[in-house]
Amino acid sequence: MENGERSEQMDRLIRIAIPVGVVLALLLVWYLIVHVENIPPYILPDPIAVAIALVKDWPTLWPAFVVTTKITFMSLGLALLGGTVFAILLVQARWLELIFYPIAVVLQVTPIVAIAPLILIYAPTTQSALLICAYLVAFFPILSNLVQGLKSVDHNHLNLFELYGANRFQTLWHLKLPTALPYFMTGLKIGGGLSLIAAVVAEFSAGSSGVGSGLAFRILEAQFRLNIPRLFAALIMLSALGIAIFALTSFLSWLLLHRWHESSLKREN
Amino acid sequence: MTPPQPTRPLMTMASVSKTFSNGTAALADVSLTVRAGEFVSLLGPSGCGKSTALRLMAGLGGVSSGNIDWPASRITSHGRPDGDISFVFQEPTLLPWRTVAENVYLPLQLQGISRKEAQSRIEEALSTVFLADFAKSYPRELSGGMKMRVSIARALVTRPKLLLMDEPFAALDEITRQKLNDEVLELWKSNGLAVVFVTHSVFESAYLSSRIVVMKARPGRIHEDFPVNVGIERDADFRISESYRLACERVSHSLAAAMGNEGAH
Repeated sequence: MENGERSEQMDRLIRIAIPVGVVLALLLVWYLIVHVENIPPYILPDPIAVAIALVKDWPTLWPAFVVTTKITFMSLGLALLGGTVFAILLVQARWLELIFYPIAVVLQVTPIVAIAPLILIYAPTTQSALLICAYLVAFFPILSNLVQGLKSVDHNHLNLFELYGANRFQTLWHLKLPTALPYFMTGLKIGGGLSLIAAVVAEFSAGSSGVGSGLAFRILEAQFRLNIPRLFAALIMLSALGIAIFALTSFLSWLLLHRWHESSLKREN
Repeated sequence: MTPPQPTRPLMTMASVSKTFSNGTAALADVSLTVRAGEFVSLLGPSGCGKSTALRLMAGLGGVSSGNIDWPASRITSHGRPDGDISFVFQEPTLLPWRTVAENVYLPLQLQGISRKEAQSRIEEALSTVFLADFAKSYPRELSGGMKMRVSIARALVTRPKLLLMDEPFAALDEITRQKLNDEVLELWKSNGLAVVFVTHSVFESAYLSSRIVVMKARPGRIHEDFPVNVGIERDADFRISESYRLACERVSHSLAAAMGNEGAH
């Protein structure tokens, strides 16, 4: 019993220690390369310079971080809402799917970088243009995964619901949506990552400056001014945002599925 | 022994035929009445339409011609019997995201009964199948036999008059299967419900039934319909008794004749 507890503790320690160790080692290698090769800071700053930039430029970077975070989460939220409603509509009738699916596919396969300039022209404000871009990218994985999930309902389960006289809403709520939940979570994880990418790409194309600008613009700006430490600092903040989104969606997925779904179960042998 | 008195019919099929959209004739001119208190086994080679017949008895899917009626049941606007008939599928068909108790609650929930009101009925159904201690478990934590028991509890929770079972124990090992057969018999004796039981197994049908309907294939129709084990107590010795052996022989001859006929086609 005590042995098992100890090995579990060891296990937990190792799971934290190894990733931290890898990151520290990479930072050390980075530092050594910069100093051994004598690379100037306007090409590659060392990690300490980046850390200093992160602290010193915080008043500039933090508002930008907030802007990018807002756009990412708002677009993800809208994509979540839109994708769910749209997916439920699509599976209600074959003809609805025939009408709308091609439109969704066209929007998805056209690279967002290519449509962004157009959206910038048509959208009333730059902010809304960024939002639309990020939304379009995050929307599709959520839609297609959820449609797939809603269609994957076990026929025996459908027979069961028919036998007990379930109405359309009951079948949707008690059978189809729970069946689709693991698919939905996959869509959410993909959509979460993509919405950040799309927000950054859209901001690159918009190139907007001033108070309302996000991290992506700060990166471009830092590059123009050869302020490479600040560029790295902004990059680190973007990474942190991406990691946070990934952790959040993974946690949500675990929370909803761990009691019953195979993907969240430990093998017991 | 006095012959059993005829009881009221629960389900009547009159000259029912069913042809699928791909042209396969699944059933041709099948007439069958199931009465209260009967244990009817549908037996026959695969493709003889026994599962199709069972689904029709449950009101799942429509007939191509003929008539099905449930004289003892209230009929819903969809033309199906309301709540008096339960179905146990080949697979347990439990919802993996629900606990055992929540799975058993499902039929009542779909009828709009609150969980609070349903609680005592859920407990009763679960203790009938000896799973009272597993109410909070998830299906993945149960063995195959236990899952099937949950499926039976779910069928019993609506207090049906007619229980339809479609090869419910086909996927289980022989020991579990015999145990569950005994449990089903016990249920049948104590609850006064009628059971229609689809099976491949001569022994299973001879052991369980009060009446056996042997079917033949292409198209599915009734070959022979006869009572077995009339007035015989199924006690511990039944499996080694003369009457069980005779029933097995009777069923197996009938089945051989039904299949031989098929070979002559």
